[in-house]
Amino acid sequence: MTRERVIDALAEVYDPELDEPITRLGFVSSCEVSPDGDVDVALRLPTPQCAPNFAFLMAADARTAVCRLPLARRVTIRLEDHYTGDEINAAIAGGEGFTGAFPGETDDDELGALRELFQRKALTARQAAVCEAMLAGGVDVGDLTRTVVADLPDDASVRRCLELRCALGIESGPDAPAFVLPDGEPLTADQLPRWLRMARLVRTSLEANGGICRSLLQVRHDLATDSQEG
Amino acid sequence: MYSRNGDKYFVVDGHCHFWDASPANWVPGAEQYAKGWIECFHAYMGLGPADTHWPLEKFQKYSEEDFVKDMFEDAGVDVGIFQSTYLKEWYTTGFNTAAENAKMAEKYPGKLIVNGRFDPREGEAGMRELEEDAKRYNLQGVKLYTAEWYKGSRGWKLTDPEAQMFLDKCKELGIKNVHVHKGPTIWPLDKDAFDVKDVDIAATSNPELNFIVEHVGLPRIEDFCFMATQEPNVYAGLAVVIGGLMHARPRFFAKVMGELLFWVGEDKMLFGSDYAIWEPKWQIDGFLDWDYPEGDDFSDYPRLDDAGKRKILGLNAAKLYGIEVPAEFQVAGAGDKEDAQLVESA
Repeated sequence: MTRERVIDALAEVYDPELDEPITRLGFVSSCEVSPDGDVDVALRLPTPQCAPNFAFLMAADARTAVCRLPLARRVTIRLEDHYTGDEINAAIAGGEGFTGAFPGETDDDELGALRELFQRKALTARQAAVCEAMLAGGVDVGDLTRTVVADLPDDASVRRCLELRCALGIESGPDAPAFVLPDGEPLTADQLPRWLRMARLVRTSLEANGGICRSLLQVRHDLATDSQEG
Repeated sequence: MYSRNGDKYFVVDGHCHFWDASPANWVPGAEQYAKGWIECFHAYMGLGPADTHWPLEKFQKYSEEDFVKDMFEDAGVDVGIFQSTYLKEWYTTGFNTAAENAKMAEKYPGKLIVNGRFDPREGEAGMRELEEDAKRYNLQGVKLYTAEWYKGSRGWKLTDPEAQMFLDKCKELGIKNVHVHKGPTIWPLDKDAFDVKDVDIAATSNPELNFIVEHVGLPRIEDFCFMATQEPNVYAGLAVVIGGLMHARPRFFAKVMGELLFWVGEDKMLFGSDYAIWEPKWQIDGFLDWDYPEGDDFSDYPRLDDAGKRKILGLNAAKLYGIEVPAEFQVAGAGDKEDAQLVESA
């Protein structure tokens, strides 16, 4: 098994708060694969004080993604330079949930609810980008709210929207409405202007937050400045 | 007073600190947290222009002379508001307590305002402390950390009945301004520490109080905006927005400003440098020079003119804190919540 396969698998792991792959955010600081298929991945976050809940989700998701590779043998995921790194690493290695990392201090259900909340926000922000592009391309507002999933272009934003819909249990088959509200209800034409305004704000919030995270990571590790700005 | 090219501005820095995070002040046994906390702050300084960065040692503990030079001399801040932060589990004498801040305020009469704190979970004793602090420091404001852990409790809400008793006490004591920290926290694990729903309800039930959400709920600006647009007595504290984004991420900064101007409005936004994370001078310079970049992305955001910048830099906060502003600096409408534009459809 190659290192590239592992990196590809890690590219499917998203920062739940920013809705961006951890590989693109620069969170994977090293990835080693032995000839026998043992995998060792180190993750680093923008600051050692990044929220433990999101840190845990990323480390656990990374483990799940790598373990899914047929040729992966022993998989080690290490969260580096984090103030709760020891607790999180031990729980991940033992296959335990978040409560395993912090017994008596948390509740796995609350972590699940938090993830879901951010998936709904991410879906709103992503759909708005797709919707804006279609409007800019000349699609009529009335037609837009009548489009179905099969009518959508096959691009990265749309694919991510459908992944999020699947994760949230929102219907995403070819005949399902193309644009839905956070609760899964179809978006109507009269709701569209206000929904777009709100969705743009959600996207700005995600982008600005991601921008601060990237900048902090660059400052901390003396990385070159990126040019990823919206 | 800040002046440039013959133009003079009245500046209230709504969020500044004079801290001691030097190793000598680290609580034995908690050194790694004390060290980690201040190093995390220091990383944020890296988001400002390179020529304003300090070495870590100076950042851990800077002198009174540094404070006076950076705040009053170089930046021309007329009044600074101290947001007291205790963190006594990590810093022996506290990070920057009201008592320490008050010592500085006494030395520079009329230049510094000290804000206090309360935590409703401290009950009767906490209530007495708030009364004493209010008298001793002539409190007009408090800074609250709702996500802090305390004896097995994982945070509190402004809507808790005990919290309402403290808010009633604030009114009785003449404390009008409630600054709420909705932002990164130390040890709430699974919950989201940024939820602003309780501010929404408390602002409605306590129209005599002003609620200033620090860091505009970053990284949850959207939740803050949806809430603030409906509440005339909710304000946006810009600390971190200007310092963290204006230089490092100018296009995101422009979008965030555009959204805040649209949803919250220029009458309800307050400048705060978050000194010593960032020096105020470059922030004020850059903010006065600031305009949207070219491009369609920014075309339908409200514009911000010189009068609007004057409100944000000082006049809005002056109104909340009853700071007298010479007539030459005034513009119409500053800090008038009745004038704040409510977004009709929101």
